[in-house]
Amino acid sequence: MKNYKLIFLILIFLNNYIISHSIEPDVFVQSTVNRASKVLSEDLTKKEKIDKLKLIAKETVDIRGIGFYTLGAIRKNLNDNEKTKYSKLFESYFLKSFSSRLSEYTNPEIDVQDKEVLNEKYTIVNSLLKATNERPEIKITWRVYTKDPTNPLIRDLIIEGLSLARTQKEEFASILNSNNNDINALFKVLEEFSQE
Amino acid sequence: MMRRFTILLVTTFALTFNAVAGTDGELILKKNQPSEIKDCSEKFNRATFAFNQALDGAIIKPLASAYNILPTSIRTGVGNSMDNLSNLVTIPNNILQGDLKKAGVNTGRLIINTTLGIFGIFDVAELMGLSEYEKEDYGQTLAKHGVGPGCYIVLPILGPSTTRDAISSVANFMGGDPWYNVSIKNDTQYFSDIDYYASKVTTGVDFRAKNYDAIENLEENSLDFYASVKSLYLQDRQQKILNTKKTINTQNDSDWEELDN
Repeated sequence: MKNYKLIFLILIFLNNYIISHSIEPDVFVQSTVNRASKVLSEDLTKKEKIDKLKLIAKETVDIRGIGFYTLGAIRKNLNDNEKTKYSKLFESYFLKSFSSRLSEYTNPEIDVQDKEVLNEKYTIVNSLLKATNERPEIKITWRVYTKDPTNPLIRDLIIEGLSLARTQKEEFASILNSNNNDINALFKVLEEFSQE
Repeated sequence: MMRRFTILLVTTFALTFNAVAGTDGELILKKNQPSEIKDCSEKFNRATFAFNQALDGAIIKPLASAYNILPTSIRTGVGNSMDNLSNLVTIPNNILQGDLKKAGVNTGRLIINTTLGIFGIFDVAELMGLSEYEKEDYGQTLAKHGVGPGCYIVLPILGPSTTRDAISSVANFMGGDPWYNVSIKNDTQYFSDIDYYASKVTTGVDFRAKNYDAIENLEENSLDFYASVKSLYLQDRQQKILNTKKTINTQNDSDWEELDN
């Protein structure tokens, strides 16, 4: 009986621990945006900004998950070595592409507006990138993976309704289609991009 | 007369060929899923895309770059007046889609902005509380009535499209676009061909200028620029057809769910 009580108490403790340490997806997005915004407004060289942005991305984006989503159905046919190689190549491709896209902006102001819980694993967070003289206001939606509520991760960025992950997926599918679904062709393109 | 008849015949045939009955929202969503739309003549499309890119580099991009130097107020005014003009195609399409409320709002917008807004330069209607403007065209109307998109195509100069949207744009030259009717089709003495073509070029340059950095950035970071543009165009088109601002309405969650299995 004592054992049951102990297990029960441990479960309650764990449950409270998870609840108290879970991070709300909208708070997570706003804090990620604020961190990136701070880097972009700092007086740093472009390379320094890129390095700092890469660190933020590694902590807050599910790069591995996006990589496998992007690969589509072909991921089921890869062996473990190919999966490891792909994950590595995708990460360096993603970080280079992501940080160079972002480093062009100076002090972007993004306000998180609301969120919509899709299910246990996903929450959609809506935000607005404020207008400047150069561009109009832009609606940015974030797909946040919440399977582990204490460590939410970004899985997609949807700009004015256009999903970056989906675009990436179709881009990769096009490369694979024109090379008889040979994963090595995609490896080669990713390697070349990262080395440029 | 014979030419017109041929066009009408080809249009009817092509649309009937593509049409599958069904107006249900889910069916429209499924039919217009970017991954479901075939690139039937990819080689030809890629060649046209390369031609368009060369044209962009030589003419449109420099024009857009110069246009971006103009003060924001001027660029906003130009964008507003082009949007106002496009109302002439949007309103009949609102009606054809059965959205009479929007047709009324857009007619109000057109009247107010053309008069008080001085030929649409100022969006007075929005200040007066009329809701945000959303363009509609004959392609969107056909999609709403269940016509499938057919194949993805890249048109010279005009850029990405689908068989349905390209064919439906013929309606603009057969009486469906009042601006075309008064500037080119009929000699009204007030407008000429140049006015029509100038408005089309201005709309193109305005679009390119608004998306200048985004397009440059996308080109620089794409592994296959053609595939990226195709995906973005088809996603955008799907959203416009569904008239949805809600992102999740067009996102397929099963793709993501699979990842955890």
